[in-house]
Amino acid sequence: MADYQPAAGILFTLAWRNLWRNHRRTLIMLIAIVIGVWAMILFSSLMAGMVDEMVRGGLRTLPGEVQIHHPDYRDDPSIANSIDAPQGALLERLNNPPVTGWAARIKVPAMISSERANRGIQLLGVDPAQEVSLGFDPTNIVEGRFLEGPDDKGLVIGRKLAERLETRLGKRVVIMSQDPDNNVADRGIRVVGIYQARLQATEELNVYGGLETLQKMLNVDNQVSEIAITGDDFRQVASWWPQIQQATGPELETVPWMELDGYLESMMKMQTSFNVIITVVIFLTLSFGLVNTLVMAVFERVREIGLMMALGMRPGWIMYQVLLESIILLGLGLLLGNLLAVATILPLEDGIDISALAKGLEMAGMGSTLYPSLRLSDMVLSTVVVLVLGLLASLLPAWRASRYNPIQALART
Amino acid sequence: MTAIRCSQLNKTFTQGDQIICGLDDVSIDIEEGSFVCLSGPSGSGKTTLLNAMGGLDKPDSGEIQVGDKRVDLLGKSDLADMRLHSIGFVFQAYNLIPVLTARENIEFVMQIQGVPTAQRRDKAIAMLEEVGLADHEDRLPSQLSGGQQQRVAVARAIVSGPTLVLADEPTANLDSTSATQLIELFVALNRERGITFVIATHDTRVMAYCPRLIRMEDGKIISDEERTGKSGELQPQPS
Repeated sequence: MADYQPAAGILFTLAWRNLWRNHRRTLIMLIAIVIGVWAMILFSSLMAGMVDEMVRGGLRTLPGEVQIHHPDYRDDPSIANSIDAPQGALLERLNNPPVTGWAARIKVPAMISSERANRGIQLLGVDPAQEVSLGFDPTNIVEGRFLEGPDDKGLVIGRKLAERLETRLGKRVVIMSQDPDNNVADRGIRVVGIYQARLQATEELNVYGGLETLQKMLNVDNQVSEIAITGDDFRQVASWWPQIQQATGPELETVPWMELDGYLESMMKMQTSFNVIITVVIFLTLSFGLVNTLVMAVFERVREIGLMMALGMRPGWIMYQVLLESIILLGLGLLLGNLLAVATILPLEDGIDISALAKGLEMAGMGSTLYPSLRLSDMVLSTVVVLVLGLLASLLPAWRASRYNPIQALART
Repeated sequence: MTAIRCSQLNKTFTQGDQIICGLDDVSIDIEEGSFVCLSGPSGSGKTTLLNAMGGLDKPDSGEIQVGDKRVDLLGKSDLADMRLHSIGFVFQAYNLIPVLTARENIEFVMQIQGVPTAQRRDKAIAMLEEVGLADHEDRLPSQLSGGQQQRVAVARAIVSGPTLVLADEPTANLDSTSATQLIELFVALNRERGITFVIATHDTRVMAYCPRLIRMEDGKIISDEERTGKSGELQPQPS
């Protein structure tokens, strides 16, 4: 490589000026690379936004990025498989970073009945303050109010469930479940709030009551079904959930969301694979144009290449010069493509309204707004793919240029 | 001292079904500081011999020694290094790199050699002055006349101080005045710097200046004529 250093300056000068000898051809290729890079990053951002939304939607349904349960709870989510509310070392751990919020809650299957219909539901006994720290948005209440405390005697149901039960705000409904001794535990409770969720399925499933109110109804003291915990970024959970597990101890089950919902994790993995495939496919198409540009550029300069060889330029330097032209073209394309991607995707991060497709997308756990997510990792991926494939595609014309016989090259008309 | 020694060089080319003899048992010694013309009609083998001397082409058999190097035994990279450091080339046409200015073309060889920027710039400007193109340093080849381009090519050929300059039909595309100016520049460089010049030409204007004239035909040397006097002392002969 040291041999190339003295020539590096002139090689760069030659590469740069040669690139702009046929500026129209170079510009067309440059535009193609810019659009290709932009398309790769845009696609990755949309995919990432879509998968993020699906995962977040899933986590809202779970909810929490890490959950602590009784070891049998996931097989039988009845109140019999409850645990103590957090205390001691676990409480200390939950009140410190990287944990940003946690909630201890009752979560049991139950029946809800109005005077017209009944439905199977998931009954959540919550402390509203804790739920807000976990990401529950009280502004999602479309009628009435959310619970005011763990001892609130009211019930908050979803908008869709209200429709199904043909009930409304202020009406009394009956909820029914089982206590730890498998006796029926029921209570008539007034609907004090109706919430809307991103997914209709959530609105139909989750019914919120005060934690203490439901503990009393189910005949448990300070017991809860689960402790749900959240951090800053669901993608970083793997780095901190073992600390929670350590604080919890072996007698309880501590599970990260990837394990709770394998589908969500496989979606994330699929997204990464898709990104690589699409990026490679887009650039493979582009690489034909790149090879053509370089082959033409070399073909037009055969005599010049012969002259440079005759003057003492080594074959390796000729190859290096052609590759340098490719690197400059790719580098410019990457720079402009990335800038274009940042300029166009960042303003869209506030969300793209896809409500026209929302019903179809709901099946996949998405809401009616798509939030493209511009990530450095996606930009790095497209940059690496473009550079690696671009250089591979440039090797053939570069190698051919370096193989010319100077005499034959100089004699070319 | 012998600058170039060629012994029993043979070279054939295949053109379609025909085998053409490029060099046929050519042996020649050229002394350092001499000014030699290779002449003959097209296809006589003068360019083939010149290319073999410069390591641009390999003979099928025979030995070539330039200075202390056996050219016929060197690999591609070593040949490139030899051309870079020891030999200056001037070709018939397409002598300059079109995207580089006159000064940059002269700097080109020095840049590959790794000469520091300031030093090579000073040298290039000095060379441009020497060939009478001091005001043309920033012009691209397309902005220079044929004669001016050849002068820049000569400046590039000698700027790094080679002991040998090989010129292939350097005046072929030049008008009479430019051709005379160019050959007189060769003569001056030969006399003042002691550079060995080997010029392949069928231009009688050039031959008229040469103390040694080697005539070739069908790949063979048919005459090797030594004329009295140094280059430049000879008067141009009428063509």
